[in-house]
Amino acid sequence: MQPYNLIIAGVGGQGVILAGNIISDAAMSAGYDVKKTDTLGMAQRGGSVISHLRISEKVHSPLIKRGEADILLAFEKLEAARWVSWLRPGGIAVINNQELPPLAVSLGEECYPSDKEIMAVIKSRTKEYYIVDGAQITTGLGNIKTLNIFMLGCLSRFLPLGENVWKENIAANLPQKVVELNMKAFKWGGQAILHKKTEKKNG
Amino acid sequence: MAKKLLSGNEALALGAYDAGVMVAAAYPGTPSTEILENLSGFKDIYAEWSTNEKVAMEVGLGASYAGVRSLVSMKHVGLNVAGDPFMAASITGVKGGLVVITADDPGMHSSQNEQDNRHYARLAKIPMLEPADSQEAYDIMPYAFAISEEFDTPVMVRSTTRISHSKSVVETGAGRMITKENQGFEYDFSKFVMLPSCAHKRHPIMEERLLKLAEYCETLPLNKIIEGDGRIGIITAGVAYSHACEVFTEASFLKLAMAYPLPKRLIKRFAAQVDKLLVIEELDPFMEEQIKAMGIDVIGKDFIPLTGELSPDIIEEAAVKAGLLSQKIETKVDYKEPKLPARPPLFCPGCPHSGTYHVLSGLGQRSNLPGKTKKEPKLVITGDIGCYTLGALPPLNAMDTCACMGAGIGQALGMEKAGENERIVAVIGDSTFLHSGITGLVNAVYNKGRITVIILDNRTTAMTGHQEHPGTGVTAQGETTAITELEPLVRGIGVEDVKVINAWDIKTLRAGIKDSIYSDELSVVIVRGACAVRKKKSGAIFVDEKLCNRCNSCLMLGCPAIRKQDDRIVIDASLCAGESCSLCVQICPRKAIKTEADDAAV
Repeated sequence: MQPYNLIIAGVGGQGVILAGNIISDAAMSAGYDVKKTDTLGMAQRGGSVISHLRISEKVHSPLIKRGEADILLAFEKLEAARWVSWLRPGGIAVINNQELPPLAVSLGEECYPSDKEIMAVIKSRTKEYYIVDGAQITTGLGNIKTLNIFMLGCLSRFLPLGENVWKENIAANLPQKVVELNMKAFKWGGQAILHKKTEKKNG
Repeated sequence: MAKKLLSGNEALALGAYDAGVMVAAAYPGTPSTEILENLSGFKDIYAEWSTNEKVAMEVGLGASYAGVRSLVSMKHVGLNVAGDPFMAASITGVKGGLVVITADDPGMHSSQNEQDNRHYARLAKIPMLEPADSQEAYDIMPYAFAISEEFDTPVMVRSTTRISHSKSVVETGAGRMITKENQGFEYDFSKFVMLPSCAHKRHPIMEERLLKLAEYCETLPLNKIIEGDGRIGIITAGVAYSHACEVFTEASFLKLAMAYPLPKRLIKRFAAQVDKLLVIEELDPFMEEQIKAMGIDVIGKDFIPLTGELSPDIIEEAAVKAGLLSQKIETKVDYKEPKLPARPPLFCPGCPHSGTYHVLSGLGQRSNLPGKTKKEPKLVITGDIGCYTLGALPPLNAMDTCACMGAGIGQALGMEKAGENERIVAVIGDSTFLHSGITGLVNAVYNKGRITVIILDNRTTAMTGHQEHPGTGVTAQGETTAITELEPLVRGIGVEDVKVINAWDIKTLRAGIKDSIYSDELSVVIVRGACAVRKKKSGAIFVDEKLCNRCNSCLMLGCPAIRKQDDRIVIDASLCAGESCSLCVQICPRKAIKTEADDAAV
């Protein structure tokens, strides 16, 4: 397998850390070396959260060099713009189309960037981006807390790990009573990407 | 034997368990907390949250004297608190193996400084081991305990945030090692009673021990030479090794897992094998200065930054600048950083600290509504370490100092005695108060202070992830225990003006805090309310658009659930804690924020 460098970005409380743990477990159970590191800062909730995750035959540093990430999995639009510079040119960005305003925006002191501004930042780095309505779809499924597993469903379309490997490791990391709903979220995540890929192909 | 994906802290804990640790003690502190959290899950050993790091060290030392393997863990600044018994442990030596884990925080992800605790190993003249990833964290623990027992010394294991909080694959060993049966404490006056006459005899033993350790580390298999092309040789340890591997792919490495004392002959041999010798280490030139003192020419902090956390990026940039690498890698395309709103950490919706800070912000004239002129600040608010330190940030701006655990009370008294004109309030959390605030309060009472101390009692150690403490009535291993009640404790110290106020009752909070601040005697206000993360949401809160005049007063709470959207005030129901908080309902001057119950009553 080619080495994969992943950046997972979002906001505290969105399930970014657990998503990274599941990817790491899945990659390890498929026989790869994995290193994963989180930068949480001080926040329990509401701050920026970013994980570096590296999968390869042998990984040294847990930190990815800027401009060398293959995939950015962004749970929130502003965070996508903030971290997209870590992608290599042409790397893949999967972005959940959700807006969580930071405090300065809530206070009316700063503005949340417009979609146009955010997309300009993303496009300056890569044309391989996929905007998915994760918040909307998982709310429709019954619980927005399954967003992180939905995002894993999206990611599964870009990583060479078998569906069973994903499902086993998702089940192992979640309480039994929420597994079924999360499996649905995983499936819908995968389909969201397939749908976007078809759209891209058809122009 | 099993393969597991473990964080550095999980690996250190499992390594210690498998190495036969019997007693473990710690006070929570990022990035070290999970070490004891993981150990507390093993029911066949004893693990405790101690009131502070000094006590933890003393518990560890006592257990070691009684003959069992013991472990003490803390964040880097925790070792400052534990400094006294730490130094004592070095001079008396041990009986059962004693391992002290310090988790440093280069880059200050969650700390007030980035001190390099490797200096403590040199100061205490004890050996130090430094793992480079989770596998090594697991593997070095049996060595650490064995070295401790063989050389009669405490052993320091130094981790950093990037080791403690990174997950990587660990191949575990054969399971828990059975250590020899506990022989109990053996009376030994000259070893355990550090009267000057005994200490005189122990100091030369310490020096001799260090020489033996220096000899031992020359052949320790954990210190490795990794052959490269020989043009560049790099001496490194810890996570800096992993980063350097990414940048200098052809170089030879001398990777040290025992980074104090240094293996001098090994270093000389390695230096002779390479054309150019580099030292790559985070923070201080700890190894570099010692190697230079050996008369060996090395390049270290001439090119590697002295401050902050290292990364492959930083090492690469430094190496290119210093001419050690010929070119930058192609993917470094020019990229203009867009200007984006920052996302700093904040109080959770429903946080029991919000009301107190809102009151302090008001009394101290700190918050500024957009468009209003800024007032001169009143009050001096000395602060402490915990979630509540975030009260220093906008829009509350209600903390003026933050130094270290427990410092706020002493600082407040010092300001008063210096003749500060403003009234002085010290704000401290319950866990921090029990950690090191009590002695400050005793001192303030004894020395006739008239400061006000606000204890924010959320009944947990919230910042580090909700650990138990002596005020919660539960031990680290989940057993019920006696509760240290704050009110009688404070009264027992000699404080007469003690108030206990509900954290979500703004009116009483404002009146009580104001009364205490402007009274002429020393006062304590205990603000009680459970951490929002542990409370259930209840009932919806909404803005009545007809009544709201957009005065923005509610925004001054700094609640993440309240936001300004196209000039309207919106409460995000998915974030709002509901009626159990309702601080915004209480502070709205137009009564435009309502609970569902209010609405039904109308």
